[in-house]
Amino acid sequence: MKTYRKLVVAHAKLFLREPIALFFTIAFPALLLTLLGIVFGHGNVPYPGEDFGYIDQQVPALAGIIVGTIALHSIPVITANNRERGILRRLKASPMPAWQWIAAEISVNFVVAVLSLVLLIIIATYAFGMRFAGSWGAVLIGFTLSAFSFMALGYLVASLAPTPRVATAAGQILYMPMFMLSGAAIPLMLMPDGVQSVARWLPMTHVVIVLQSLWLGGEWAMRSIWVLVAMLAVGGVLSARLFRWE
Amino acid sequence: MPPVITVQHLTKRYGSFVAVDDISFAVQQGEIFGIVGPNGAGKTSAVETIMGLRWPFEGTVRVLEMDPHQQRKELAERIGIQLQEAELPHRLKVWELMELFSGFYRKSIPYPPLLETWGIWEKRNSRFEELSGGQKQRVFIALSLLNDPEVVFLDELTTGLDPQARKQTWAMVEQIRAQGKTVVLVTHFMEEAQTLCDRVAIIDGGKIIALDTPQGLLNSIDGQSGLMIENSPEMDMALLQALPTVERVELSNGVVSIYGNADNLVSSVVLALEQHRIPMRNLRTVQPSLDDVFITLTGKALRD
Ligand SMILES: Nc1ncnc2c1ncn2[C@@H]1O[C@H](COP(=O)(O)OP(=O)(O)O)[C@@H](O)[C@H]1O
Ligand SMILES: [Mg+2]
Repeated sequence: MKTYRKLVVAHAKLFLREPIALFFTIAFPALLLTLLGIVFGHGNVPYPGEDFGYIDQQVPALAGIIVGTIALHSIPVITANNRERGILRRLKASPMPAWQWIAAEISVNFVVAVLSLVLLIIIATYAFGMRFAGSWGAVLIGFTLSAFSFMALGYLVASLAPTPRVATAAGQILYMPMFMLSGAAIPLMLMPDGVQSVARWLPMTHVVIVLQSLWLGGEWAMRSIWVLVAMLAVGGVLSARLFRWE
Repeated sequence: MPPVITVQHLTKRYGSFVAVDDISFAVQQGEIFGIVGPNGAGKTSAVETIMGLRWPFEGTVRVLEMDPHQQRKELAERIGIQLQEAELPHRLKVWELMELFSGFYRKSIPYPPLLETWGIWEKRNSRFEELSGGQKQRVFIALSLLNDPEVVFLDELTTGLDPQARKQTWAMVEQIRAQGKTVVLVTHFMEEAQTLCDRVAIIDGGKIIALDTPQGLLNSIDGQSGLMIENSPEMDMALLQALPTVERVELSNGVVSIYGNADNLVSSVVLALEQHRIPMRNLRTVQPSLDDVFITLTGKALRD
């Protein structure tokens, strides 16, 4: 426990001293929400025939961006760098069980993700009059599943990528289509049918669906839940097997 | 007391490439044991296998009577490790790194005195990325001593340091041993091994080609020590060659080199020259180095 606590403190400090990660995981989603809210928010008036407006569906959607950024930017790039520079090697030479390093990293990233989402909720509530029709406990469960499922994907990318450059590129290649097409940035219902059917194959779409359903009516979107559970299981098992310390 | 390290017929392969080829040796408590050889000789492969960081391997290795692979974690509690290629998180400060690594061991010693001893206490609030090469090396040494280890492995400790920092680091290694610890020093600098080590294993092409005290290794090569004198008209090469202590006399570039291994070589030569009133201008002695030993044994020069 002493080891784990010290590892968490170290990871937290490293995160706070990494300005780019800090910007993209905390500031970027908040700025995006503010910008989208100003341009498209229209006072958060409900859509015709619905009891929710633009802002109400956009906050849970942006949760997809938060978990995507952490999983596909932070984790692969930082892990590949730590590996290439021999940091992981030095850690593994100590008696510390190496998985604790990863566990602490996951813990810190999860806390960061929750804080980033809380920041969105605060901005949406006070600046744009967000409505919320679900339960916060359920949202926390759905968000936790989303974050862990995506982090499993992130460690899989980190395990497979031979160099930091490949890790960065692979993360981007996975992230960009999800950013554009998953409904995280642009509401899915505004997209043509063709795009919507492609979007079904993107994991981030399922984060958006799960969290929007919980947010707007407290419903569990079971199909999407299973997709995320499957990604967590497969990503977790594969990266545990394939992870390389050097 | 059993040896601290016993290595029997250790072979380490990467695929079909044999990096370490059937080496055997033992290291005694309190020794500074050197493993020297050119780059690519297999030193790091050997020593990291012995520390339990690389497997599989063939042969038997015991460190502190433990199997380094089966009991890796237990062994890691009791050895100090400075790897040839390693880094630490750049944005952690020196004291934070010490604090973090303290948490990795069941028992660790307080780090402030360690930082003081190794001259980096003033740098405790600097981030790792802000340190010079020598300071980083000190951090690695301090980290390797944090668990008060019984054996310390130092791999290419002084590579990349300027000559002054290198000399300081040598003094630190002496200090580690003075605390009663056993040191395994891996280096491609023959001079470093000659200065610091009680015994030296010279490795080339994955094999141990010689293992002895530095003096023993130097004595093993004949005709390399002697003295040099500036040539003069009065010089009598035949006279010198006839001395029982002298094995060989050479003249080149106006310098006479007189080789021999006898302990009284210098005094007998000086006496003979004195008696025949032959001037001894610029007399100096020639000491062979471990570099000469390596060249003699392998027929090739050490590359840096
Ligand atoms: N992980 C590895 N995989 C394949 N070959 C390696 C590996 N590590 C070292 N080698 C090779 O083994 C040989 C010995 O390397 P090394 O043990 O690092 O030597 P030294 O430390 O004496 O410079 C070199 O030819 C090197 O290229
Ligand atoms: Mg080496």
